[in-house]
Amino acid sequence: MWRDALLVAGKDLKIELRSKVGLGQVVPFALVVLLLFGLALGPGVGRGSVLFSAEPGLFWIAVLLATVLAVQRSFAVEAVDDASDGLRLSGLDPAGIFVGKAAAIGCQLLVLELVLALVSSLLYDRHLEGGLLLAGSCVVATVGLVSIGTVYGVVSLGARQRETLLPLLFFPMVAPVLLAATKAWDAALSGSPGHGLGWLDVLAVFAVAYLAIGTVAFGPLLEDA
Amino acid sequence: MGPVISLREAVSLSGRFPLLAGVTFEVAEGEVVHLRGPNGAGKSSLLRLCAGLVAVSSGTAVVLGHDLTADRQTVRREVGLLAHSSFLYDDLSVVDNLRFAVRASRSDPAGVDRALALLGLDGRLRGTRVGRLSAGQRRRTAIAVLAARRPRLWLLDEPHAGLDAEGRELLDELVVGARSDGATVVLASHELDRADRLADRVVALAGGRVVAPAPAPAPAPADSVRGCDEARAPVSLAEGCDVA
Repeated sequence: MWRDALLVAGKDLKIELRSKVGLGQVVPFALVVLLLFGLALGPGVGRGSVLFSAEPGLFWIAVLLATVLAVQRSFAVEAVDDASDGLRLSGLDPAGIFVGKAAAIGCQLLVLELVLALVSSLLYDRHLEGGLLLAGSCVVATVGLVSIGTVYGVVSLGARQRETLLPLLFFPMVAPVLLAATKAWDAALSGSPGHGLGWLDVLAVFAVAYLAIGTVAFGPLLEDA
Repeated sequence: MGPVISLREAVSLSGRFPLLAGVTFEVAEGEVVHLRGPNGAGKSSLLRLCAGLVAVSSGTAVVLGHDLTADRQTVRREVGLLAHSSFLYDDLSVVDNLRFAVRASRSDPAGVDRALALLGLDGRLRGTRVGRLSAGQRRRTAIAVLAARRPRLWLLDEPHAGLDAEGRELLDELVVGARSDGATVVLASHELDRADRLADRVVALAGGRVVAPAPAPAPAPADSVRGCDEARAPVSLAEGCDVA
């Protein structure tokens, strides 16, 4: 499985590096979302302002929106010229395909989160404290997001209205991840990372559950796509 | 040695619509079989079923010794399907597409360079993105994937479509070469004379059933197959050759 996962992840990342959709569209989209939040909730910045207190939630909503784009892109390349049939015909382990595609999306999201964290810190004037908790919650939340995103990505692959179906399926399922990640970030940024550890555990539970569901469900879903 | 393909009353449904309505069909190892039939006869569905892409709803289907009613995953690595779609990634180069397919099927990596040379895709085209290729070059790349993988069973759906005269000749040589290497080939083509010349046997389909297994056609004319090293020698995928 791991060999197949590496192969698929390498293929997807190579496609991303060549097409530069992530760099040219997903990152700018997420930055524009952060800017729009600033315009809608500003203009005040600094301690006591709406933007200051809402920064963790705004950051994670921007990440969620960008995740939908990244997942859609990952499965759009499989829809062109029936490449997904080629993937099925390749004989690769479906669990390996799932882990590989999720890992490739996850790598892109982690880079995006780093950029967004720096930009939101500047835009909303909130210093990045509690670095370990911030980084840990980013990694664990990303595992959860890409796991369930990849499952729904393959569900939407065979659907005619895939562009609208994916967010409709995806957002309700990741609400717990959004909540826990926001609370963990809030605790870290407020200088009390101890309060965020419990939320990190919640994130880990969802990450493991979604990863397990995806590993089992991806194969049959790919067959039906 | 048992048959490479053995179907008994195989039915395949898409929803409630029958793609195949009870096909009984056998192909021996090393045979080249031409599937004939009008549009909608079930030729493509039969090839996709043999590749493990569509499910067997009832009846029995054994391909390369694997029971497709129980496990379609294992057989996929051992067959090569050339379909209407190319199954290629537009944003990957020609060589990267071949490398991915070869690694995924655990085939010999040396087959990549050999196949690129055979199909005339070496040189400038090797590193070109598939999305920038012409339709004919794209078709050649899809054929090169099969040539690089060297599957035991070649399933070719309208293989001559989209190819120029040279490409058609090259494909015929590949089929003859695959057969001489011990592979089995089933092809469905509307280029009837061309496919009949390649085939040992013709099988006619209509309405999702086999309606007439026709007798073997006359041997191909000596000049219909042109080799790479010498005239009339099939292209051997095992040994490889240089194409000028």
